[in-house]
Amino acid sequence: MSAHNQGQFIVDRSRIAEISSGISPLKLSGLEPLSIRVDSNFINIGERTNVTGSKKFLNLIKEDQYDAALSVARDQVEGGAQVLDINMDEGMLDGVEAMKKFVNLIQSEPEIARIPLMIDSSKWEIIEEGLKVCQGKSIVNSISLKAGEDEFVSQARQVLRYGAAIIVMAFDEAGQADTFERRVEICKRSYDILVDEVGFPPQDIIFDPNIFPVATGMDEHVLNAVNFFRAAKWIRENLPGAHVSGGVSNVSFSFRGNNMVREAIHSAFLYHGIRAGMDMGIVNPSMLQVYDDIPKDLLEHVEDVLLNRRNDATERLLDFAQSVKGTAKKKEKDLSWRENTVEARLQHALVHGLVDFIIEDTEEARQNVKRPIEVIEGALMAGMNVVGDLFGSGKMFLPQVVKSARVMKKSVAYLEPFIDDEKSEGENTSAGKVLLATVKGDVHDIGKNIVGVVLACNGYEIIDLGVMVPPNKILETAIEHKVDLIGLSGLITPSLDEMVFVAQEMQRTGFSIPLLIGGATTSRVHTAVKIEPEYPNAEVIHVLDASRSVTISGSLLGADRKRIAEEVRGDYEKLRTQYERKRSEKKMLKYEEARSNQLILNFDEICKPNKLGKTVYEGIDIARIIPFIDWTPFFRTWELHGKYPEILKDSVVGDAARKLFEDAEAMLVDIAGQKWLRASAVVGIWPAQSVMDDIKLYSDVDAAEPMATIHTLRQQTHYSGSKPNLALADFIAPAESGKMDYVGGFAVTTGLGIESKVKEFESNHDDYNAIMIKALADRLAEALAEMMHHKVRTEIWGYARSENLGNEDLIKEKYQGIRPAPGYPACPDHDGKTTLFNLLDANSIGMTLSESLAMTPAASVSGWYFSHPEARYFGLGKINMDQVESYAKRQKVSLDEMKKRLSPVIL
Amino acid sequence: MNKPSLSSLLKNRILVLDGAMGTMIQRYSLNEADFRGDEFLNHPVSIKGNNDLLSITQPKIIGDIHRAYLKAGADIIETNTFSGTVIAQEDYQCENWVDQINEMSARIAKEEADSFTLKDPNKPRYVAGSVGPTNKTASISPDVEDPGFRAITFDQLKAAFKQQMSALQRGGVDLFLIETVIDTLNAKAALMAVYELRDETGIEIPVMLSGTITDASGRTLSGQTTEAFLISVGHFPLLSIGINCALGAKNMLPFVNELSRKSNFFVSAHPNAGLPNEMGAYDETPEMMTDQLREFLDLGVLNIVGGCCGTTPDHISAIAEMAEAYEPRMHQKIDKA
Repeated sequence: MSAHNQGQFIVDRSRIAEISSGISPLKLSGLEPLSIRVDSNFINIGERTNVTGSKKFLNLIKEDQYDAALSVARDQVEGGAQVLDINMDEGMLDGVEAMKKFVNLIQSEPEIARIPLMIDSSKWEIIEEGLKVCQGKSIVNSISLKAGEDEFVSQARQVLRYGAAIIVMAFDEAGQADTFERRVEICKRSYDILVDEVGFPPQDIIFDPNIFPVATGMDEHVLNAVNFFRAAKWIRENLPGAHVSGGVSNVSFSFRGNNMVREAIHSAFLYHGIRAGMDMGIVNPSMLQVYDDIPKDLLEHVEDVLLNRRNDATERLLDFAQSVKGTAKKKEKDLSWRENTVEARLQHALVHGLVDFIIEDTEEARQNVKRPIEVIEGALMAGMNVVGDLFGSGKMFLPQVVKSARVMKKSVAYLEPFIDDEKSEGENTSAGKVLLATVKGDVHDIGKNIVGVVLACNGYEIIDLGVMVPPNKILETAIEHKVDLIGLSGLITPSLDEMVFVAQEMQRTGFSIPLLIGGATTSRVHTAVKIEPEYPNAEVIHVLDASRSVTISGSLLGADRKRIAEEVRGDYEKLRTQYERKRSEKKMLKYEEARSNQLILNFDEICKPNKLGKTVYEGIDIARIIPFIDWTPFFRTWELHGKYPEILKDSVVGDAARKLFEDAEAMLVDIAGQKWLRASAVVGIWPAQSVMDDIKLYSDVDAAEPMATIHTLRQQTHYSGSKPNLALADFIAPAESGKMDYVGGFAVTTGLGIESKVKEFESNHDDYNAIMIKALADRLAEALAEMMHHKVRTEIWGYARSENLGNEDLIKEKYQGIRPAPGYPACPDHDGKTTLFNLLDANSIGMTLSESLAMTPAASVSGWYFSHPEARYFGLGKINMDQVESYAKRQKVSLDEMKKRLSPVIL
Repeated sequence: MNKPSLSSLLKNRILVLDGAMGTMIQRYSLNEADFRGDEFLNHPVSIKGNNDLLSITQPKIIGDIHRAYLKAGADIIETNTFSGTVIAQEDYQCENWVDQINEMSARIAKEEADSFTLKDPNKPRYVAGSVGPTNKTASISPDVEDPGFRAITFDQLKAAFKQQMSALQRGGVDLFLIETVIDTLNAKAALMAVYELRDETGIEIPVMLSGTITDASGRTLSGQTTEAFLISVGHFPLLSIGINCALGAKNMLPFVNELSRKSNFFVSAHPNAGLPNEMGAYDETPEMMTDQLREFLDLGVLNIVGGCCGTTPDHISAIAEMAEAYEPRMHQKIDKA
């Protein structure tokens, strides 16, 4: 054999550029793109996830150790592989199943799935299976003319439809090409069929012109490398757009067991192959020596063989190999993170989704803490918070987060037996039972599942009802399993309404367990504004992400529940106020629009009052009023915050509250017994009808002309959904209905005589009792208003004769009808009091109105009575000038004066 | 009806796609009984929310919505079939209605579109058969503990899409719009279905494909970058590639721009009316949306523009008016990078 000139194998790159002009690069994708131009650097294809090439990988697959098999894949990517070859061709394996399973698992490993895959099999059904589970554009390895043109064409067509590039083996009906000429012949024929007949994009065609072993000792093999190089050069220079690849480790087959020589052969082969035009190759990056690092003498022997430079090249290399036998250094992947603290290592593992060291790190962390649960609550949760932050800022994406959760789970699974051991020493076994469900109409559950995993990791028993769960199933299951918490999840916007509905149902059916809200479209504001008010029985809390579900659940089911609940209630109340303010700033209706969105009620059952006109009660026995007192605001006057009667037992303010309460009770005895204060009331009921937003009052049902008019104001805020814009007039039958309705009014005072008593205390410098008597007088006035309202409902008007409510319910206003006071949210115009006082002749019982419409004595209450079952308290919110104008006109007041009067509510 | 081919029209002007169907349906505040109509009186489970069924039970409403969008200036209207596969309909136990849903929906849309084309043949209207992603993903495991598990296979998806598109084709659609692609493998199954349908019928109905970039990372739900997504579906000779849903116009621009630079296909965008606010509603007014979309047109990156969630005929009308003044994106071979 003659020696070859090296220059013979160097591809002409300008020729490639010339013939490939106008052809796109070969574009592949995993989760990320890979673009291979005709002049790109060499592309490494990882080969270790191949059962035919790696005994280790084969065993892992056979033994179903897919976690370890994935680590092999990850090593390849971390070692620099740009495409990952996967081959499951082994007689003892169900190749289709193994391909499907492994590729599916890779899709859940973003670090691996980042790069494109090479679906490698000699069996078409395995290739097709791989293509069916691969979202990216991969490479099929391989098809050939081995079984004739028909099959070749039909498989190529399918590959094109699945969206993959293709490796074509230099193989035809006559067998595998072993000479340069056969390689050229088969590759040319294949190329023409693919491009002309199938319409395959030329840049997506990659030829594998067969890498055969060298130094086999057989004469017919001495040109194996040379012929590959020549074929590569020819293909690149003659088949526009086509690429050349090959399985490199085959070439060193004869030197198995001598890694140092093998690595040198691989490196030298690649060096020359790439110069010849090979632009990708299946290699083991950790079995590659840097070409320049190959000892000169070894390199010379190797190249003699590859390039067939000497007749005795093989013998010389074999001899030389004996002298360099030994293992080459293994290239290590970056493990510098292993040198950090255990907390930092756990965080690294969570963020990067690495399970390899998680058990040993978890164990080390466990030994550093008193109780195993502290590892979860400390380092692991801290790591998950980092994951949450990275996700929130777009630096991680969902598949990575799911992986992190799995690492977390592995760690927790390791800790669980230790936690259980500890528990068996006397603690209960479950932290609590949590029901999770994605609400009806929604099928998204990834986030919910993560919450389930995280909570389960923390000792909660999880009942997961899955997706599309109807409300009744949630409620029934909650009762049946006596769960401690319900967590609702949803991703799409209609789920928000569904959650509101579940909350309503929980309230209606008397639930009292906390409700957690989570999912992508949920928000604190929505929870505060729409859901929490529907379920006053218990806490409704928005959970921002899975990492926070643990702390929230922990506090809700622990001793902290009350504090957390109050804190959240307070926060949500604030959010609601802010929301209302922001919204009312944003969207207002025209007055006419607001009017047309009024509340329309049914007035079929108007209750005719037992007594019309006014009724006066003077010198009411204070002792009768006392039971109606709502004590909670009394304590608030004294800056003691808490609900009566619980406040008396409060650990912080209980002593002060009890002392205050004793003093108050003592003074009440004197107020009643010594008649320090006198109480009077006047109530009236008149026939009435609404006309637009005014209420016309008549002296009797037959009167032709109204005796007075109550002017009411209408909400002008633009509400979403079907919420009406309310005015008090909506609660009274409209004139056009032809029905006569009724409206009531009242003025009560318990402050008669207070001035002299206050002066008496003050002159004695007894500020305490001066304030005390005012505070009590205020409470008594409210109590008297409540008492009179009760009397009106059950006797004077009598629309609720059978009402039987305790004081608690009275305070919560659980009765039918309302008694809004002029100057308060539903009717903020204080001038209503003028009308009211005139109608009732309130002066006759010693009550007067100041110029600024304040009532004297101060301990007085006045207001209107509305009896309709649907009548409810509401806040007017802000109104626009168009309504102010109408309101002024109706009252024949100048606009300027009206603007002044209503200034606090004008937008 | 004889109409010019979409690809010839697209060379001359920007075409306008319609806006949200769901948002419009919501306006009718339909209840369970409305959804059931006469046909589903005794259906065993609740079907409220199964919008696709309205093509059967409330065809007039669907026709009205189409007409509103046509009036607003939409060149292409989408059939009410976003969930019209056996996979998506299974949730409502309506798998047996899939053929009828798609055929009916196509007919309703076609009737409206044709009447507009007749009135003004200079502005021909087209019906796109809407093919949604289904609610199952072929690349993502729904079970955190079993990452290798899949709730649906490529073959199941292919069969479901084929059934849907076949019925849409019978109903007379002019093109298919495979949209809101959250998992590229689902889309690839849909494209495979189109190939098979073409083999069987000999008719090549053009295909628009539109993916969804879900969050700040710039990826699809199944984790692909915009370019990886483009590459993964680039084997099919699409009429257009684009992005819809999940983002408002503002956040969508960088990704549409990338498609415009890297794709040989026509480019489409139909964004939401902004991002949903804290209450789950979409706030962007037609003016706000057109202000943002104008940047797309100034950059010349669009051939087809429309709206997704939260958009209304008012939005489409504003978009159509704006688009008229602009030249379409130059459809040429892109860089070789």
